[in-house]
Amino acid sequence: MNIQDYKGVYIFAEQVDGKLSGIAFELLGKANELAKDLDTDVTAVVIGSGIKDLADQLAEYGADKVIVIDDPECKEYRTEPYAHALASAINEFKPEIMLVGATPIGRDLGPRVSARVATGLTADCTSLDIGDFPLQPIPGKEDEQLHKQLLMTRPAFGGNTIATIACPYNRPQMATVRPGVMQRQERKEGAKAEVIEFNPGFVPNNKYVEILDIVKSVSETVDIMDAKILVSGGRGMGGPENFKILRDLADALGGEVSCSRAVVDSGWMPKDMQVGQTGKTVRPQLYIACGISGAIQHLAGMEESDLIIAINKDETAPIFDVADYGIVGDLFKIVPELTEQIKAAKAAKK
Amino acid sequence: MKIVVCLKQVPDTKGGVQFNPDGTLNRAAMLAIMNPDDKAGLEAALRIKDECGAEVTVITMGLPKATDVLMEALAMGADKAILITDRVLGGADTWATSSTVAAGIKKLDYDLIITGRQAIDGDTAQVGPQISEHLDIPVISYAQDIKIDGDYVIVQRQFDDRYHVLKAKMPCLVTALGELAQPRYMTPGGIFDAVNADITVWSRADLTDLDDANIGLAGSPTKIAKASDKVRKGAGEKVTLDPKESVDYIMGKLNEKHII
Repeated sequence: MNIQDYKGVYIFAEQVDGKLSGIAFELLGKANELAKDLDTDVTAVVIGSGIKDLADQLAEYGADKVIVIDDPECKEYRTEPYAHALASAINEFKPEIMLVGATPIGRDLGPRVSARVATGLTADCTSLDIGDFPLQPIPGKEDEQLHKQLLMTRPAFGGNTIATIACPYNRPQMATVRPGVMQRQERKEGAKAEVIEFNPGFVPNNKYVEILDIVKSVSETVDIMDAKILVSGGRGMGGPENFKILRDLADALGGEVSCSRAVVDSGWMPKDMQVGQTGKTVRPQLYIACGISGAIQHLAGMEESDLIIAINKDETAPIFDVADYGIVGDLFKIVPELTEQIKAAKAAKK
Repeated sequence: MKIVVCLKQVPDTKGGVQFNPDGTLNRAAMLAIMNPDDKAGLEAALRIKDECGAEVTVITMGLPKATDVLMEALAMGADKAILITDRVLGGADTWATSSTVAAGIKKLDYDLIITGRQAIDGDTAQVGPQISEHLDIPVISYAQDIKIDGDYVIVQRQFDDRYHVLKAKMPCLVTALGELAQPRYMTPGGIFDAVNADITVWSRADLTDLDDANIGLAGSPTKIAKASDKVRKGAGEKVTLDPKESVDYIMGKLNEKHII
């Protein structure tokens, strides 16, 4: 591997049912910052079937080039045709950096592709920078310090620790990036990218699995990662029937309802409403935690929220360690009254 | 049929986390348990064994004390246990780990390999899919249900808003979600058998189909530049008030922050 041959910042532009996922735009935002530091350009790789028209959208959010891999085999996500597609693109175009979303698709695709192209992969990054490796030169070995490396920072141990990782001697430098962490850039209407159609050929083999059925969940819930205000419930809610008071409060505030892992494990709420290490990372303007003790895995998914209010009867609950305002008290008495007062305050302003 | 289940001994994240001076984990200093997703995968394998008959082999790479999780697996009902342990394998990232474990599995007969989706220490979810790549077999991640149908395995793969029902010809690797199966307890008879069972121990020299360039800290493409305890933003105000005062307090803050 000649490292000098690898150039450019690439992102995997995830799409589902012909619609680009939010993470694609977030990765483009970050990729543009990295490309600036490296004085290079940004390429999006989009894989699917009948998805050529997505190139313009990617251009408007910061892609200089778009590699389109369009084949009927890639209609619905399957590990194998997708891994073949992305690994082939990497081998053909030789990116210096390859970013993939840490979504269920990206976390399945990333490791398979990184193993195929024989490079490292850093999972679930929350911060990416260009810098030196080692961070400080080793005395006497100053000339061995490498510059312009991708420094990938990620939480580990359920959020207990933070590690910064480099991939100095292999290319591409690959990372999966947590959704909801990177900022997308402003849309540049009418921006165009150079579109490259690339098809590595798809010959089904033992690694192609057959899709017997696709079962979509019927819930009409809004994506909690897009919500500006979240009212979140934990085990302290006592049961699914009690979530109505949270829904009422969320409605009064114009927000959404989310929950902790304990609630999902108990079957009270669906998985797509879960905040935390094994759920979603959210950073709303306001996060109201009701009856959530605040396991470290939960904190990892919400502590970047702008304002955190916690209501819990246990004054030693760890949620109070990250809350801007903590109220030790009975949420069943506080929340309904709060909802009424907010409604009244909003009505008075009209 | 033959099932191989990959296990990892992990520090219980409820305890503290400690590092070696080089930034790698000091596993020796922490409380250790069987990784929860792996345990669910083991349970799924044992259920297949109960229903259609199978030989279940558990394999792990780690320090010698990782025999604890192998003993636990045997006491739950696994048939054979293998420990890969060698000083030169230490400090491995997911590439080096998956290369090493795959080299061990290559020495075995297998129809189905089950790993946990992810371990609670690294949280990467990478080693299972990477093992499948080294073995050139299909992978199905995030299994919430596994069924055997002749030479095929039928798996429900969970995604955010949907699940796929996938069918793959074995040999195949499946990664298990923690909710796949509630693990059984060890039985007294199982514990007795486990104590008397032999655990196969392989060192680096036993893994012939493995390049030195792909093992341990030196064979890991990713390098730790820095590791540290997370700095949290710290607690704000905490008040204990009666319900009415609490509501007034929150309303005051929401007004102050221009939320209402």
